[in-house]
Amino acid sequence: MKTKAFRAALPYTLPICVGFLFLGMSYGFLMRSQGFSFVYPMLMSLFIFAGSMEFVTANLLLMPTFQPLHAFLLTLMVNARHLFYGLSMLDKFQNLGWKKPYLIFGLCDETFSIHCAVPPPEGVDRGWFMFFVTVLNQLYWVAGATLGALLGYLIHFNTTGIEFVMTALFVVMFLNQWEERKDHRPALIGVGCTLLCLLVLGSDHFLLPAMGLIILCFLWLRRRSPQEVSP
Amino acid sequence: MTILQQVLTVAAVVLGTMTTRFLPFLLFPEGKQPPAFIRYLGTVLPSAVIGLLVVFCLKDAVFTSWHGLPELLGILVVALLHRWKKNILLSIAGGTIFYMVLVQMVF
Repeated sequence: MKTKAFRAALPYTLPICVGFLFLGMSYGFLMRSQGFSFVYPMLMSLFIFAGSMEFVTANLLLMPTFQPLHAFLLTLMVNARHLFYGLSMLDKFQNLGWKKPYLIFGLCDETFSIHCAVPPPEGVDRGWFMFFVTVLNQLYWVAGATLGALLGYLIHFNTTGIEFVMTALFVVMFLNQWEERKDHRPALIGVGCTLLCLLVLGSDHFLLPAMGLIILCFLWLRRRSPQEVSP
Repeated sequence: MTILQQVLTVAAVVLGTMTTRFLPFLLFPEGKQPPAFIRYLGTVLPSAVIGLLVVFCLKDAVFTSWHGLPELLGILVVALLHRWKKNILLSIAGGTIFYMVLVQMVF
């Protein structure tokens, strides 16, 4: 059962492996270049396991003043999107026993996107499938961060543009769910609201407003056609 | 900062991250049915959030001198490859290599 689930999960995580190794290594390299030992990126990637916030935390650690409350609140803001990930997974994570807390702990953007877009293949245990997706993704990230700190500066080839692998991944996920669902309004609302907020508010402050706007759109959509059962 | 202060700062970040991840599950434990609108959100949000993440990836590109043109071309290649072969790895690798060539040699 475990082997089958592992084999089913692995291919979906490979693109994330490439992306996480690259991003993780840049993160590890950055930490080391700022004077931290490799233990920092290794443990931070293991326990925080939220990419963008780990980059931010590197800056927090370099500040002269000690402000844990500020760090906590900042994290809530940066990671607020995870609240919505959790809400979308309430049903999927039901009845999974000890795996459930770990699945929640490891629910990063990329893992979430697989949970959303890839239903476990027929005959494969749902819990183990999601467990291996989560474990593999975390393994890639921690390995990348640690390797980056240890070896990052030894790598000499032009990697400009390789970060596009993440964009490509999300685009593929987007296309998959587009074909699976009849109602395209949720996807269009997601793209439209976020693009609007990005163009109006700029790249630093658009994420939370975009989420608010998306929720408002769904409130409106739901009120307009309350009897409608969604996809 | 001392090492202890650094550890506490990282702990605060871990606590913040875990709050955002565990809160929905603590508010709506198994067996406790969330309100209808929350359940509705659960069905429509995944599609919307993937759309959000696509735009999120483009957040810096939009404001560069090319206004995201290389990224749009890359996305076009990903979409065409995906429509053609339906192979996740091929679409992603093809699109990324195309984009890398584009930003390293053309733009």
